[in-house]
Amino acid sequence: MIYPARYENLSQVRDFVAELAKQAGFVDKVIYRVILAVDEAFTNIIDHAYGGEGLGDIECTCQITEEGLTVRLRDQGNRFDPTLVPEPEIKKSLHEVSPRGVGLFLMRQIMDEVSYEFTDKGNELTMVKRFD
Amino acid sequence: MDVVTTDYKRCSVIRTSGRIDSFNSPYLEQAFQQKAEEGRYRLVFDLSDVDFISSRGWWVLIETQKLCKRYNRGELVLVGISDEIRDSLRLVGLQKYFKMYDSVTDAVGSF
Repeated sequence: MIYPARYENLSQVRDFVAELAKQAGFVDKVIYRVILAVDEAFTNIIDHAYGGEGLGDIECTCQITEEGLTVRLRDQGNRFDPTLVPEPEIKKSLHEVSPRGVGLFLMRQIMDEVSYEFTDKGNELTMVKRFD
Repeated sequence: MDVVTTDYKRCSVIRTSGRIDSFNSPYLEQAFQQKAEEGRYRLVFDLSDVDFISSRGWWVLIETQKLCKRYNRGELVLVGISDEIRDSLRLVGLQKYFKMYDSVTDAVGSF
């Protein structure tokens, strides 16, 4: 599926991935986690790879494999490797805590594999959720 | 996104439904800011009908909590959080910044 890189498409992307995760046989709790990771990844591409809304497309593909579900997001924005972003410091007090890096932290916590590749076709983020 | 607010003598209850993400969290932010502009910092956020919150939504709540707790003038408390949302909040370690109640009556009564 190809979506214009706009926040208004987040719900469609989540629904698409949720349907595939359901078909793969994941329970509701895991499906929620997976769509949260995908939402965070899609938002990060808009914010960091494109630097704003409406500046390109994001292609989302899902594949059910023997080991689990593979979700791939491709964009043609600026080179942005989320795996290099440092983890947020959540141990801080309320007034010191900031949102930076939380989406990426969630992606890493939820998915069993998060990998990034920059090719001549753009950025490609691959996330794998394995069956337990 | 519909955001409904009800003012009580000691606090305000804010209620919405559906999904909170990067697209619609600004509407929620606006509703909380409106309460702050009215000088109301004791807030109950009722999530009984909310089935999804991304980290962008959580940051609206964190920023609101910072605003409410400044000068000890109030607090934002949460009600009716689903198991899935609570699980995601725990994953990222943000649950420690909020008191959570099972019912609106309990939350309103806490002020």
